[in-house]
This record gives sequence, C-alpha cells and structure tokens, in this order.
Amino acid sequence: MKVGTPEKFIVKGKRLDGRAPDEIRPIKIEAGVLKRADGSARVEWGGNIAVAACYGPREVHPRHMAKPDKAVLRINYNMAPFSVSDRKRPGTDRRSMEISKVTSEALEPVVFTHLYPNTAIDVFVEILNAAAGTRCTGITAASVAIADAGIPMKDLVPACAAGKVGGEIVVDLCDIEDNFGEADLPMAIIPRTGDISLLQMDGNFTPSEFKKAFEMAKTGCEQVYKVQMDALRNKYGKME
Amino acid sequence: MEHVVAEIRRDHIANIIRDGKRVDGRGFDDYRPITIETDIGHKADGSALVKMGDTQVMAGIKLLLGQPFSDMPNSGVLTTNAELRPGASPTFEAGPPKPPTVEIARVVDRGIRESGAIDVDKLCITEGELCWIVFVDMHVLDYSGNLFDAGMLSSMAALLDTRLPKVEDGKIIYGEKTNNKLPIANKPVETTFAKIGSGVVLDPNLDEERVMDARLTVATDKSGDMCAMQKGGEGTFTPDEIFETVERGAKKAKELQKLLKD
Repeated sequence: MKVGTPEKFIVKGKRLDGRAPDEIRPIKIEAGVLKRADGSARVEWGGNIAVAACYGPREVHPRHMAKPDKAVLRINYNMAPFSVSDRKRPGTDRRSMEISKVTSEALEPVVFTHLYPNTAIDVFVEILNAAAGTRCTGITAASVAIADAGIPMKDLVPACAAGKVGGEIVVDLCDIEDNFGEADLPMAIIPRTGDISLLQMDGNFTPSEFKKAFEMAKTGCEQVYKVQMDALRNKYGKME
Repeated sequence: MEHVVAEIRRDHIANIIRDGKRVDGRGFDDYRPITIETDIGHKADGSALVKMGDTQVMAGIKLLLGQPFSDMPNSGVLTTNAELRPGASPTFEAGPPKPPTVEIARVVDRGIRESGAIDVDKLCITEGELCWIVFVDMHVLDYSGNLFDAGMLSSMAALLDTRLPKVEDGKIIYGEKTNNKLPIANKPVETTFAKIGSGVVLDPNLDEERVMDARLTVATDKSGDMCAMQKGGEGTFTPDEIFETVERGAKKAKELQKLLKD
C-alpha cells in the first residue's frame, strides 16, 4: 500500500470530501470567455480549472497533415506549470500527447469535419488547476468551445470518470481517491446516441464492478451534459 | 503566422492619434479596465488572473527547495517564465519559446529582480545547501495587446498571494500551506507605451500594437524609481519622447501599485 493511503475512503456512506458515492463534484461551465479565439469555454469542476480555445476551420500547418476529404480535428491538451503540486516542466510530454490524441478522437465523431476538407479545427485546452479528472474537464471544455465557435456538431460530448476506492465504486474521483484508489475509468459519451467516444481504464475491476462503474460514469456524463447545454443557452439563448 | 492589418486601418489609427484621439476612445494615458483576481487554483502556491481590457494573463507561483547558486550561497533563486499559449491568439503556435516570449519573460524578470521585489536573502534556509526556488510562470490566455504590463501585474499579484508550503525534514509537504508569505520588499509595475506616428500612447490595444512603430516599457518601483526599461519595435524614440514617457510611466505606476493588495 502506498504511503499516505487513507485508512478508509468511505465513512458512513460519505466519501472523504463529503460526497455520496454516486455524486459528482460541483461543476460550472461558461462559454465564450476568450476574445481572440473563434470559440472558447471555461470549466470549473471540483478543483479542476480548464480553459479551451477553438480556432477554425482554418489553414492546416504543417500542410502535409491536411486531409483532402475532411477537416483535421486537433485537440492540444496542456498543463500549466503551476497547476500541479510539483511544478510541471512546460511543454509537451508523453502523457499530454496521449491525452491530446484520445481527446481528439473523443470529439471527432460529433464534428461535421467532412464539410471542411483541407482545413484544421484546432482546440487548445489549458489546465490551470489540476485536481484529478483533468482529461474529462478538458474534453467537456473543448466540446463547448467547438460549439461556441459555430462549427456544426451532432452533439456535445461530456466526459466523466468513475473508479474504485477502498473496494467501493464511486463517480468523479477527487485527488486522494485518484492517487490511492484501485481503479479509474474516464469516459466520454455522445448523449443523443448513447455511444461511447472515450474509454480508458487503469487499475483493477471485477466484471460486475466494471459494469457498475460504467453506469456511474455514464450517469455522470449525462449530468455534465446538462451543464454544457446550459452554458450555451446562457450565452446564445437570449440572442434575437 | 503574421496578422495583416489593412493599410486603411493603419492610416486611420495613426490619423486619429494625430488628432489626439484613440480608436477605442481612451485618452493617451488611460489603461483599459483592469481587474485582478487572486487565489485561482489551489495547487499553485500563489496565483493571479489579470484582465486588461480583452487581454488575459494568469500567473502562478510554484516554490521548490533546491541548492543556492555557488556565487550566491546566501540567496534564494528566482526564475521567470512566460508561455504564449496558442489558444490566446490565432497567430501563436505551439513549440519552444520564440523571441517575443523570451523577451516578455526577461523584461518581467528584470522588473522583479532589479527592484528587489523579493528579498532573496530571506529565501536561504541553509547557506550553500538549501534555499527556496521561486518559479513565476506567466500563462497568456487571451492576447489583445500589452502583455508586458499585464504579465508584470499578474506576476506581482501572484507573488503577493503566495503562501509558503509546509516543510518537514527538508522536504515540501504538498497540500499543506502555511500562513507565511514570501518576503516581498517592493512592488514594481511596468507601463508600456506605443509610438504610433507622432503620438505615444499608454497600454496599446491589439490594433495599436500591430501598427506601432516602436514600444517602450518602463518598470517603476514603489518609491517611483525606475528599475528596468525595454525599447522594442523597429522604429525609434527621440530623447524628449523617452524622458516624457518615463515621467508619464512613473505617474501611472502609482495607480497600478494601488491595485496590488498586500
């Protein structure tokens, strides 16, 4: 057992931060927070803070990445050096490259990329504070930023994780649960179809635990989806 | 990628400055509205988000324990870094820092260092062996002109917001902050002016920055002394313009310093 592991993760039905096992952390989303980007969003979720900026469709650089039949969708995930306990060295590392890739793939299915051949749609996700669940916060933000840029989409993509801590299945892991828990399952869904566009897992689940965690993450996604929709309604709902 | 400004827009900006006006209606010595928000994320030891008009810069402070430089065994270490994130402007690209980024980081660094804003001698824990290393990271989120002033202001606000983490046996206990602040001994601010045709205006917005002939940044400390200066751009200033600008900068610096709460 790792040093610092709490003796119990759940006491009298409450988790270390006072939540119920199936309760997500408070989430706040605002669309259109940046002036220069074509579309943007800020998501505050638990202790996580992510800002996403979307450009495009625009010219592709480097040119050889261009696709003749559709736009390339590129999500770039980046952590600020001060967003974590031990200062993160600025720049791309293997972890952020992987997250950028799976995030792009999570959003690709909902964006009408075939309408814009030979162009790029770029989204830059900045993690300003990290508190477990930054990739889900990032996907949630990126999806609202693309919508805010006016790019046609089939749906928004919410993301949420579930995991196992002290043998119990819980949704939306907090810092300690993420560090010392037994499993983590981040997931992104396309609510209108119920399809899953991102699924990762590390740790240990029995088949029944996995099923429970999957359902919990899905319910979490649906809750996040409502907040995403409200963010767009808040910005555009009042427009004539 | 360069942003192209139409000739007619360029002329318009210069023309109305000659008439004593600015495109956004400000006076020559007016800042755009400034807000400072501190304590943004709890992982940073100190943080601040500065909005200057549409420009947004967040600064975060991380404190690490390390060894003092051998030529300064009794002092802590200050490192200043800037990142112009691609999300902040369609003209910014990912990758290693380019000269404009390095310039911003270095000019802000000089303002902090030369004014003695941080009493680095108080950051030494064991002579020659252990000291605090202060990382100031400026993260540019939205670029609409004048990153120098916004970067400096966010850095100082974040330094003032910083609380030292708890230390046990020479190691930082993350997540446990003390109430101890950094030894802040000065409050430098930077004021940047753009020369456009015949006029010199404070706090250039994006349009003004794109058409300016030259730029002058003046760092002023709390006693009104200058602690750093930087001229940029391909154009020139006359000596009179320089003296006048420094004086105007010192006056505005007092206003900025009032925004920095202890």
